[in-house]
Amino acid sequence: MDDTIMINKIRHGTVIDHIPVRKALMIPRILRLTEGKDTIAILVNAKSRLMDRKDIVKIENRILKDSEVNMLSLIAPGATINMIKDYKVAEKKSAVIPQRIEGLLKCPNGHCITNHDPEALTVFDLVTKSPLEMRCGYCNVSIDESEALKQVSGE
Amino acid sequence: MKNIISSTDLGRKEIEEIFSLASSIKKGKKVKAIRDKVVALAFFEPSTRTFTSFDVAAKRLGLQTTGFRSEHETSVAKEETFADTIRMLSSYADCLVIRHKFDGAAKFASQITNRPIINAGDGKREHPTQSLIDLYTVLNSFGKIDGLRYGIVGDLKYGRAVHSLLSMLTTFKPRHVHLISPRQLEMPKGFLKGLNYPYGETERLESVIGDVDVLYATRIQKERFPDEIEYNKVKESYRIDRDIVSRMKDKAIILHPLPRVTEISRDVDATEKAKYFEQAGNGVPIRMALYSKILGG
Ligand SMILES: [Zn+2]
Repeated sequence: MDDTIMINKIRHGTVIDHIPVRKALMIPRILRLTEGKDTIAILVNAKSRLMDRKDIVKIENRILKDSEVNMLSLIAPGATINMIKDYKVAEKKSAVIPQRIEGLLKCPNGHCITNHDPEALTVFDLVTKSPLEMRCGYCNVSIDESEALKQVSGE
Repeated sequence: MKNIISSTDLGRKEIEEIFSLASSIKKGKKVKAIRDKVVALAFFEPSTRTFTSFDVAAKRLGLQTTGFRSEHETSVAKEETFADTIRMLSSYADCLVIRHKFDGAAKFASQITNRPIINAGDGKREHPTQSLIDLYTVLNSFGKIDGLRYGIVGDLKYGRAVHSLLSMLTTFKPRHVHLISPRQLEMPKGFLKGLNYPYGETERLESVIGDVDVLYATRIQKERFPDEIEYNKVKESYRIDRDIVSRMKDKAIILHPLPRVTEISRDVDATEKAKYFEQAGNGVPIRMALYSKILGG
């Protein structure tokens, strides 16, 4: 891989590959990576054999849980997620749109309790994958793909 | 039965059990008193009528009540979070009755405490005990809830009682539901997607009045309109008077969650179709039945 020139291989951890260009920058926020002490490498605009260009994220010493992997589906549905042990790919996963997203999205309904109590974390359940529709577990108001993306990317 | 949060929480069998218990209570059959238990009436949004109904129902069962009638009476006004208020109430009450202006407040409360929660109306969509009262009144008039033609008239956009009733009807098989409202107060499209029975939308009450068995009227609030002229026009066109009543089916009934302002003229009260006071009177027996189911076990 071309990126080896720029970033060392990791011994243990997770490599998220084939991320659409410039989406990698959103990943630390979605996975709350910066809250921990792990080393994170973000490579933007890497050359790719499969895609024209791609982003890559490497997280040292952390194996992503399935629920975390699935969160990635919102911004990088085609990404491949490799779990690395002793410099080898121990497991490959792909991001599947999750049935439920907790605490990440904000409910667009200003009268929803999740916007009025610090402990009321949002819960969005999947209604349809395509087009994407997720529904608030407290007030039933829906979020579509563009709204979800806008929120996840912080734009 | 533990909580009553949403009008879709209850299955048909549970609803029928509540109705049958309410009927025994109405007939004067003694229900087992529930002593040594306390109900907290937590009305973050004021509603004198609903508060009183829950309070009287509790006392008639021997329950003790505590709580508050509005947010001003609680420490929420002093910056305490909703969650903390719920925890505090849970420490001395066996059941919490919650009224709140925000959607999902009762559901959130049920996740904070293990005490049973009864939703006494929250947000724009849920008022399950009112819907039970509404359908119980229909049952008493027709002997059934299925197969009837319903007409819901008024504020379908913001009306909490209306949304809750239409949701509870998804547990039954209404033949048809006419949704009658001015365009600016029509039912939100997202809400319509959740209905599993035939319905139609219209702006004209006259066009469907001869078709309905149950006419459910709600208040159209002045605040919803940009100006007084527009409001008055709408108000007049949805007013239920003797003329409207004369065009209804013989056995048709009129319901209203009350308080009514001008949407039903007072000379309709004396007609056999006016069931809204009977409906209001069903509040206490239905709520007694709910307390019994939840706390009497
Ligand atoms: Zn919500």
